[in-house]
Amino acid sequence: MAIRLLVNLARFAVTYVAATVLVFLFMRAIPGDPAQIALGVNATPELLAQTRAEFGTDRPLIVQYFDWALGLPMGDFGTSYVTRQDISPLVLDRVQVSLILVVLAMIVALLIAVPFGTLAAVKHRSPGGILVSGASQLGVAVPNFLAGILLVVVFAVGLGWFPANGWTAPAEDFGDFLSRVALPVLALASVQGAILTRYVRSAVMEVMSEDYLRTARAKGLGKMEALLKHGLRNASIPVLTVTSVQLAALIIGAVVIERVFVIPGLGSMLLDAVGNRDLLTVQSVVMVLVAITLIINLVVDVLYTVLDPRIRKAS
Amino acid sequence: MTTQPAAVVRSTRRRPPATLLVGAALVLLVVLAALVSFIWTPYNPEQAFPADRLQGSSAAHLMGTDRYGRDVFSGILYGARITLLVGLVAVGIALLVGTPLGILAGMRGGAVEEVSMRAADILLAFPALLVAIMFGAVFGASTTTAMLAIGIGSIPGFARVARSGTLQVMSTEYVLAAKASSQSAFRIARRHVLPNIAGMVVVQCSVSFAIAVLAEAALSFLGLGTPPPVPSWGRMLQESQQFLGTYPMLAVWPGLAIAVAVLGFNLLGDGLRDKFDPKLNGGR
Amino acid sequence: MARLSDTAPVHGGPDEPLLRVESLTVSTQDRPLVSDFNLTMSRGERIGLIGESGSGKSMTTTALMGLLPEGVTATGSIKLAGHDLDLVGAPDQQLRRIRGNDMTMVFQEPLTALNPLMKVGPQVAEIMLKHRTASSRAAASAKAVELLAGVKLPDPAEAAKAYPHQLSGGQRQRVMLAMALANDPALLLCDEPTTALDVTVQRQVLDLILESVQQRGTGLLFITHDLSVVANICDRVLVMNNGQVVEEGTTVDVFSRPQHPYTRGLLAASDLDATDADGRLFTVASAGGYTPPAPDHLVDEVPAAAVHTPGTGAKTTETEAPAPTTPATGPAEPAGAVVVGPETTAPATTTLDAGAPVISVKDLVRTYQRQRTSLFGKRTEVPALRGISFDVAAGQRFGVVGESGSGKSTLLRILAGLDQPTSGSVRVAGNEVAGAKEHELAELRRQLQIVFQDPMGSLNPRMRVQDIIAEPLLAPGQKVDSARQRKLVAEMLAAVGLPADSADRFPHQFSGGQRQRISIARALICQPRVLVADEPVSALDVSVRAQVLNLLSDLVDEYQLTLVFVSHDLGVVRYICDNVVVMNRGQIVESGSTEQIYEAPRHDYTRTLVNSSMSLRAELAAREAALSG
Repeated sequence: MAIRLLVNLARFAVTYVAATVLVFLFMRAIPGDPAQIALGVNATPELLAQTRAEFGTDRPLIVQYFDWALGLPMGDFGTSYVTRQDISPLVLDRVQVSLILVVLAMIVALLIAVPFGTLAAVKHRSPGGILVSGASQLGVAVPNFLAGILLVVVFAVGLGWFPANGWTAPAEDFGDFLSRVALPVLALASVQGAILTRYVRSAVMEVMSEDYLRTARAKGLGKMEALLKHGLRNASIPVLTVTSVQLAALIIGAVVIERVFVIPGLGSMLLDAVGNRDLLTVQSVVMVLVAITLIINLVVDVLYTVLDPRIRKAS
Repeated sequence: MTTQPAAVVRSTRRRPPATLLVGAALVLLVVLAALVSFIWTPYNPEQAFPADRLQGSSAAHLMGTDRYGRDVFSGILYGARITLLVGLVAVGIALLVGTPLGILAGMRGGAVEEVSMRAADILLAFPALLVAIMFGAVFGASTTTAMLAIGIGSIPGFARVARSGTLQVMSTEYVLAAKASSQSAFRIARRHVLPNIAGMVVVQCSVSFAIAVLAEAALSFLGLGTPPPVPSWGRMLQESQQFLGTYPMLAVWPGLAIAVAVLGFNLLGDGLRDKFDPKLNGGR
Repeated sequence: MARLSDTAPVHGGPDEPLLRVESLTVSTQDRPLVSDFNLTMSRGERIGLIGESGSGKSMTTTALMGLLPEGVTATGSIKLAGHDLDLVGAPDQQLRRIRGNDMTMVFQEPLTALNPLMKVGPQVAEIMLKHRTASSRAAASAKAVELLAGVKLPDPAEAAKAYPHQLSGGQRQRVMLAMALANDPALLLCDEPTTALDVTVQRQVLDLILESVQQRGTGLLFITHDLSVVANICDRVLVMNNGQVVEEGTTVDVFSRPQHPYTRGLLAASDLDATDADGRLFTVASAGGYTPPAPDHLVDEVPAAAVHTPGTGAKTTETEAPAPTTPATGPAEPAGAVVVGPETTAPATTTLDAGAPVISVKDLVRTYQRQRTSLFGKRTEVPALRGISFDVAAGQRFGVVGESGSGKSTLLRILAGLDQPTSGSVRVAGNEVAGAKEHELAELRRQLQIVFQDPMGSLNPRMRVQDIIAEPLLAPGQKVDSARQRKLVAEMLAAVGLPADSADRFPHQFSGGQRQRISIARALICQPRVLVADEPVSALDVSVRAQVLNLLSDLVDEYQLTLVFVSHDLGVVRYICDNVVVMNRGQIVESGSTEQIYEAPRHDYTRTLVNSSMSLRAELAAREAALSG
């Protein structure tokens, strides 16, 4: 098990480093000199040289890469060429907002998906099961920003239960935080829940046809009892795989939802930076998003070994 | 033997191809809309009629008009074209790059497999939307960057499907038999692997198309897709946002169009999977 | 509470039958799977239910357990002693009290039948906790260890803490049996419980089942396709075909005086010790000339495998090579008369021996390296072949016998140039395999072709039979135009007894036996000198098995092939081969003529293997002996 963890850590490190190289090279593919862009066309050569030195863009690319890449894990993302501000504190601030959104959305999505997916599998012939399957199929087809807009139309504009947009930190005013976080989380979770419901359904269907469930029934267990005692843990393994993939999708989905609800998260920061052509910020935020995705994969792999004795044995 | 009850279940579970039919019908609807837009739209979708701003549905404007007085129905028809174009090119890129890569990884194994699968892992950490945002930051927003980005983001999916299918085929005795009569790797790939994974790859095409439609809509919504004034469903949705209180239908029409397209491709993929899967199992 | 009143004998006492099934019919919406099934079983009786795949035998037991899949319904009546209730149509709630308590079941596939994420002990304990036959969780766990000891698992306390994947196939099946016996059921259903197991393990598990039910007086309903297993374990048999019981009676009666043509055909096809006037195995079609093993004969002939089939001229008509396994051979010659070693071949084959051996294997070693589990860790080495040597002379029928893990599949792959030896030398028809480049192997592969085990998996489902059979003609160096290809394929189809129009069809349109014929046609189309058959009949139904074996045997003669026949089934090897090597754990433990190996095995492992393998006649003889003795 320890060996497996080490292998995964090594893979994580390789993937992470490769990703930093990719992102760095890609963002440097842009024509143009950051100092020139920052100062405008009328800048004097002296000022340009001075700014380049300040940005560090006068150094060789490889040096710039190591400067940036080695700073990342320390939380040092450098200074924006556009705003001339330190990027790090802003990222750390924003990442909390985004993580709150994503984690809450995933929890709600699982709370929807596990019971409904199981129901849809167990009752896959009855009207209830077919209804759940149909609803999840529809839910998957709705992009989350459309879900967000529809929620705003109904619950903010129509019923006036929640504010249409904005953000309050939970530490500041928890009640206000809840009312503001409700719609964006629901927008993310409804679509995500639909996707996961479909996976839970197929995982449970798969498990229901397994021989060991028949054995459990032959022991005298009822259909539901057998499924709960022997099936759900087995079904959770494929669901876990999907959940990790979907978490990554959710992090990106949050970028769009933050736009819809005007939430100051990483997504808004990223999009603003794209708008301002603030490349160092884009570069850094992209890396943070990628790193979060990779860390999730790592954690899920550890969970596998906890869940599945066959993997534990293998190492 | 144990296979018997399973066989019975399978035969009774065989659904009528409802998902396939409905999916195909919805996809056809989108394709038709796109085709019609080439020869006819009620109005020029890019032309503004300031006098007719923000009208509801009427005989003159089937889906009303937007804030510049452009005809929404014309925009929806034209938008289908962008949606399908982006989907086709993106899925095409992913199909042509990902499938051979996956087959290669599955057939060669060893270092080739390790390297290509690690590469897929790295790509997997960059979802299509993130790649598109990076493209947008560097090259500016355009239909081309959107297509490229979504295509690149969809490669790992194809590589994975092709690899797992290939591994399955390569472990069969009929491939062993082919090797035992000195068939070349290329011939094995062409005669044995490709025909047997084709079904899975077609399903992946349909599913990826749905994802591409969603990603294109999201990009346009964020202003990173097709630039104005060419109409796209995502941007129509984004522009509707400030009129949610007064003209919610402006959001409903493009939203419906996106949902219909995604639903269509998803259902088509499901239907195709049901159709292809039993044979794959039979070839196990 | 309800249990107490249920288990109290209602009426009748010990004379009341344990199980009474009346006109049980199981059907889907469109067709019946089992029709009008009747059975009366007394307490402690052991009944065999025989049938081939699709006969409805599994569906019958599933109906008895009340576990029919959705969309399948049962009518009729099933009564179990001690319960007033008719099990057909009874609410699941009441059936649940019976299942696992009064009536339990052991399934075919022991790996998938156990929950992979749960330790074995708790899985056994669960059935007692469920029916409250253990007073507490601790008591159930203790009892579970006891039960595991009862099914002779080594170190039962440790075994209870193991997950299913940590046990071998035989051990898993023992766990299933422990589970099934935990609550001392009155009736045990076994559905092909040993089919997935190795020969030696099968024997042990069968003995264990027999011992367990005899000790406890448990009624046993044993479902199988294997007649010799039934002869070994059951007093009474029911023969099922197409969902109907075609014959019923005591084991000895049914097997020695079959009344129904189907039973007769099945018996004839299963009986590898009997051949017809031409020295060929009986098939369902030729069963008319078959004489079933007669009880009075059986008792006398103790080396039961060597039985004179009365009434048929056992002398073979083949000129050169009388198959050494024909019944006429009689009891074993003294072991010393047969010289062991690869150089010696049975007298019959020496006439064909034209000098140099076709296959010559020397000190063959193949070691696999298991995937590293860490980047820096050492690779673990798994030896598959530990230095084996043998020669196969031209025209020989050479058997390779071994259980799973013996290395026989690795050997076969190396012979076909599909794998490279770690060290040692393999020459096939003058071509060295070791170190050969891909293009150098082309010649070898033209000389050696394989027939695989799985008739489903060995044919590409997306290719027409024409293209499948013609595939070897496309090998590099072969120049055959398409007209000639069609002609050759047509010839091969005729040779393997398939209609000419088969060429344009797809594999799924054929039955298992027909597919195996297609496989054989593909292997022979470019006229190889050596045919390697890898368990070619073990996935086939009994009635088809004999036909394919006969075909193989005929073709070997007709095309003057050297046959290498790999199998775990000693009976089949005995019929078809004249020389045998026995493999165990990557080594050849014994080699010699078929007769010597079977009649006078020298190595302990061979002896175990021969004693474990069951033939219909031997089992019937043993049964007779037990009855009369």
